[in-house]
Amino acid sequence: MTTTTATPSPAATTSQSVRQQQWREFWFYFSASKTAVAGLVFLIGVILVALFADFISPHLPAEQYREFAEIPPAWMEGGQMRFFLGTDYAGRDMLSRIIHGARLSLLAGCIVVLLSASIGIFLGLVAGFKGGWVETIIMRVMDTIMAVPGLLMALVLVALLGPGLLNAMVAIAITYTPSFVRLARASTINEMNRDYVTASRVAGAGPLRLMFISILPNCMAPLIVQGTLSFSTAILDTAALGFLGMGAQAPLPEWGTLIAENRDLMLSAPWTVTFPGIAILLAVLAINLMGDGLRDALDPKLKRS
Amino acid sequence: MFKFLFKRLLVLVPVFFGVTLVAFGFIRALPGDPVEVLAGERGVTPERHAELMAQLGFDKPMWQQYLSYVGDVLQGDLGTSLITNRPVVEEFFELFPATAELGLCAILFAILLGIPAGIIAAVKRGSFVDQGIMSLSLVGYSMPIFWWGLLLIILFSNTLNLTPVSGRLSFLFDVEPVTGFMLVDTLLSDEEGSFWNALHHLVLPSVVLGTIPLAVIARQTRSAMLEVLSEDYVRTAKAKGLSPVRVIAVHALRNAMITVITVIGLQVAVLLAGAILTETIFGWPGIGKWIIFSVFSRDYFAVQGGLLLIAVSVMAVNLIVDLLYGLINPRILH
Repeated sequence: MTTTTATPSPAATTSQSVRQQQWREFWFYFSASKTAVAGLVFLIGVILVALFADFISPHLPAEQYREFAEIPPAWMEGGQMRFFLGTDYAGRDMLSRIIHGARLSLLAGCIVVLLSASIGIFLGLVAGFKGGWVETIIMRVMDTIMAVPGLLMALVLVALLGPGLLNAMVAIAITYTPSFVRLARASTINEMNRDYVTASRVAGAGPLRLMFISILPNCMAPLIVQGTLSFSTAILDTAALGFLGMGAQAPLPEWGTLIAENRDLMLSAPWTVTFPGIAILLAVLAINLMGDGLRDALDPKLKRS
Repeated sequence: MFKFLFKRLLVLVPVFFGVTLVAFGFIRALPGDPVEVLAGERGVTPERHAELMAQLGFDKPMWQQYLSYVGDVLQGDLGTSLITNRPVVEEFFELFPATAELGLCAILFAILLGIPAGIIAAVKRGSFVDQGIMSLSLVGYSMPIFWWGLLLIILFSNTLNLTPVSGRLSFLFDVEPVTGFMLVDTLLSDEEGSFWNALHHLVLPSVVLGTIPLAVIARQTRSAMLEVLSEDYVRTAKAKGLSPVRVIAVHALRNAMITVITVIGLQVAVLLAGAILTETIFGWPGIGKWIIFSVFSRDYFAVQGGLLLIAVSVMAVNLIVDLLYGLINPRILH
């Protein structure tokens, strides 16, 4: 679980060229998997759509064309090119709502990963570095969080904080923290006895410098993979909470919320439920494809020499 | 074996107390003081307020409250539901068989399809079949199951009229609950056709709930088999001239199962989380639907008790899986 390259002493040679070399080697292994690259390209596409949602979407997401309620998609009978993916019960354009929903779902995924990874990595480093009772307390707290199924824990936390997208993100982030803590702790313990850490300690580096500048960069590989996989499950869990009415609240066009608000139309206007689901599935699938490629590229055990 | 069991139990003790602390903290962390929360919008007079605080023990110091809570929990008293006025434990165990039945059917579906799919993918590594199975399993793994459930209802219940939309059994049948498992109860009863009816109700929810475990089991079986197939003893078995079926079924599969069983054990928490969504979609009267209802109706004692009981169930199942694992792979007992 060290860096991607077998640099003899990273402390001495972290120069520009080594970084470039690492990058190139990483890209060499990553691009070997066509599906992983396809996932990455699709994800970049979704990110662009989310960023430029205001320019791309044909209508405003909340604009109600009352006289055009429940219009089917363009290729079905009675469909119109104006509303390419059809409209919902209030005559809102599904395509525009899904495009704007990409923004919320990606943002939720990002925030959950950033929150859980930063807290988790910090606690994991401290637990691995300090040991003793600090480690025991941190790890027992994490065990407790893990004993409750994630979605249930998130539900209970949302019940406590009140429903809403922000609270849902915080709740989900808490349930994801333990896996980052465990990974970071395991890698830290693994790295602690290496020569470069001892050397850095002898040279007078303080604990913070040791933890964040010496040890952390060498533990990144598994954490990056975990981060990617958490990103996709975070989008799924945010949508699930939205579907249950505990996450983003209508009229926000979050993908899960879209499915929930159109659930009553599921039989008369199935497109209002189908397309938001396809959006979730494709986004999550793309991230998972990319995550698989990342794992293969970053995992030194699988790498052919 | 007993030493192993004891050690595993010892590890669970701090986790159990951790979970009681979370459940205890849940009620205390709600905004407003507990009596106000429980009284809701009706409000209470100051005298009644003080009386209730004393009655429920909320006027004592926090550590005393916690100790008496743990004491109650260990005696099986998890409080009373604010909605139905019945003990939470009683409600939980009444609904538990429905969730257990659904969960068992889902995991059975996942195992029966996932293990053969994983074996075929591993044996035919790199082939079209392998790529197909692996792509499908990645799609399954990425599936928003609440949407998947709705999609299957649109297709099978509405368009094809093959399965019922919700519930466990048609109202036409009157079946005495004996075990709580509908499949067993309908077989025990003399209601003609009720078993088939119950089975029909079970199919879609089981498929929906089993989808993610199926994907995970297929993927893990494949990688476990690939690892085992490259081992020396498999090469030896092949070199001895044993038939390919025997090599795969006896020599390789038995060793690959060690990994697969661990993976199946890890799916229990996934199943319980998935049950919340699946039961909501299919109107399945189990724990998942109950806990959602409790959250929405602000039945805080039910949420608190449900949280604790579900966590304990997950711990219990994980313990059983650990023991099974020990039986299959005696090396880890020591």
